[in-house]
Amino acid sequence: MSLYLGIDVGSVSTNLLVIDEEHNVIESIYLRTQGRPLESIKKGLMMLYPRLPKKEKIAGVGTTGSGRQLAAFLVGADVVKNEITAHAVAAAQQVPDVRSVLEIGGQDSKIIILENGVVTDFAMNTVCAAGTGSFLDQQAARMGLSIQEFAQLALQAKNPVRIAGRCSVFAESDMIHKQQLGHSLPDIIAGLCQALVRNYLNNVGKGKNIKPPVLFQGGVAANPGIKVAFEKALNTEVIVPRYFNVMGALGAAILAKEAIVKQERTNFKGFNLIESQFTTSSFDCHGCPNICEVIELYIDGNLTARWGDKCNKWTDALQTKVAN
Amino acid sequence: MKLTFPHMGNMYIPVKGLLEYLDLEVVVPPFSTKKTLELGVKYSPEFACLPLKINLGNFIEARELGADTIIMAGGVGPCRFGLYAQVEKEILQDLGYDFETLVLEPPDKHFGQFIARVKRIIGSNSWWKVMEAIKFAYRKSYAVDMVERKVQKLRPLEKKPGTVDMIYKHALNSIDNAQSFSTLEEATSLSLLKLDQVPIESDREVIKIGLIGEIYTLLEPFVNLDIEKELGKLGVEVTRSLYLSEWISSHLLKNLITDENIKPFRDLAKPYLNYFVGGHGWETVGYAVGFSQEGYHGLIQLAPLTCMPEIVAHNILGKVKEDCQIPILTIYLDEHSGKAGLITRIEAFVDLIRRQLETQRRLAR
Repeated sequence: MSLYLGIDVGSVSTNLLVIDEEHNVIESIYLRTQGRPLESIKKGLMMLYPRLPKKEKIAGVGTTGSGRQLAAFLVGADVVKNEITAHAVAAAQQVPDVRSVLEIGGQDSKIIILENGVVTDFAMNTVCAAGTGSFLDQQAARMGLSIQEFAQLALQAKNPVRIAGRCSVFAESDMIHKQQLGHSLPDIIAGLCQALVRNYLNNVGKGKNIKPPVLFQGGVAANPGIKVAFEKALNTEVIVPRYFNVMGALGAAILAKEAIVKQERTNFKGFNLIESQFTTSSFDCHGCPNICEVIELYIDGNLTARWGDKCNKWTDALQTKVAN
Repeated sequence: MKLTFPHMGNMYIPVKGLLEYLDLEVVVPPFSTKKTLELGVKYSPEFACLPLKINLGNFIEARELGADTIIMAGGVGPCRFGLYAQVEKEILQDLGYDFETLVLEPPDKHFGQFIARVKRIIGSNSWWKVMEAIKFAYRKSYAVDMVERKVQKLRPLEKKPGTVDMIYKHALNSIDNAQSFSTLEEATSLSLLKLDQVPIESDREVIKIGLIGEIYTLLEPFVNLDIEKELGKLGVEVTRSLYLSEWISSHLLKNLITDENIKPFRDLAKPYLNYFVGGHGWETVGYAVGFSQEGYHGLIQLAPLTCMPEIVAHNILGKVKEDCQIPILTIYLDEHSGKAGLITRIEAFVDLIRRQLETQRRLAR
């Protein structure tokens, strides 16, 4: 039997997931990216390898997330897809008649509207990250709570307070104000959850027709306070799928399986990769006033890739060198 | 008098052509780069929209090259741009840059003043020569647009990525360098001929997308992060609601020249919007309807962040999307130069269209 690997390198987490021919999830790994995507990919592969059945082979690899290009280059991917498509594919596989997907991750949030398993509309937050995972993390840390405790507390609220949700900076000052007035912690946290949901529906979900079944996925879906707030605001049941926090990786794995039908063999470089040393360095190109930051990737000390230059001067120079 | 003007896509080609035809000295600002943006952001009010910031950066960079007189367009109506020339003039004055600023308000509204300012620019040139120069500039803009339309058609089909854009760059240079009507014609036909020779894969499925929205973000690739080139890589043929020569003929030449590409946007927008909302908001709505009637697969609206006319249009487009059954994506552009976010959105948008087409085909079978 053949296995397919999906890798989702996001701003906050790096996820790896392996499925079999029937789309059954064999193994999944959720890691914090911590600003070091290369290391987290390598760590993920290292953790994954011993957990996979020895006889099976990886027949295809897909990457997604904001670090998808980097991941694709590193492991040798068969398909590189944006996170919207990946999330939609995974959602439709988990709940075939799904019509709305609410996804909140570390740095961005999105909404996807589907009909008969095909995306008909989507939106992503543009210039503001209010209400995404990073903000919740920050607030939990400010109160000295783990994100898990923070989420559970919301459910104990008796009378959620109203918190300004327009902007995360204003939300924070509003929360501090309510704290100083003596409101209980659960009421404030539940109020914050409602504010974030309001903000999400007004910004990302603006003008979208959210019909059930509604799926809620992404790291923030672990927070039952937000789920409950969504159910209240939408007046419908909100489903959190089993693999809610690795849906991107699941979508990438499914897409890899689709892609491999069209091509002969996988580009996957194999698990030997974990033995290699990856390092990156960067320099400012002074060729024109754009002053691009060019990034160089070294594998075992050999310069293997460059990116970041607007005009492709450095990227091309390396490719020609490699081609010769 | 060393004249300069702000950049907006390929506009420098006809404007430079016009002024040089009149033997005036021109300083074209360096192409907009991060440095331009940095200079502009540093000295502009934070809440102004992106065009003002980049205009200002252009002027400062042109000053360093010796420009002393600015030609700038004014404007009427609810769009803030109408005031930008004045605001920019004041900021430059405060910074100690010694410029003379000639603001050209739309001739259809302020004819007398327009003529006076034009006289100041043209000096001792005869009106006959000015007419010739305008004709020359118009021809240049028309040539640029002809080449550009071909480039937009070929980008999704080229065998080796980048071939078309390499020729395009040379074509723009040769049109820019043409000094007479005959050399211009030669440069244009040679460029078109070269483009015809680009090896293509004609059986590739091409997605057709209409780009609509605010003029500056539509025309300036530095600001829209080269969205047309990026869409080309994804197999998309792009048509804009706005091309330079069309804009010139409808706004400056009062439609003396008819162009079959200009859509009757006021009629098309009728069920949705019947009023001038400033900038190009009306055109955005009208062209959205027009493109969808012509069978385009999707539309992308571009606008600077906080652009009022386009915000009005954006809210109306929801209804157009529903009625015309066409996917529409709105992208607001601001100082962020990171391309990753843009690529994710347009790639997902093109995926959406492709997967929908696949489903339609499956159902048809």
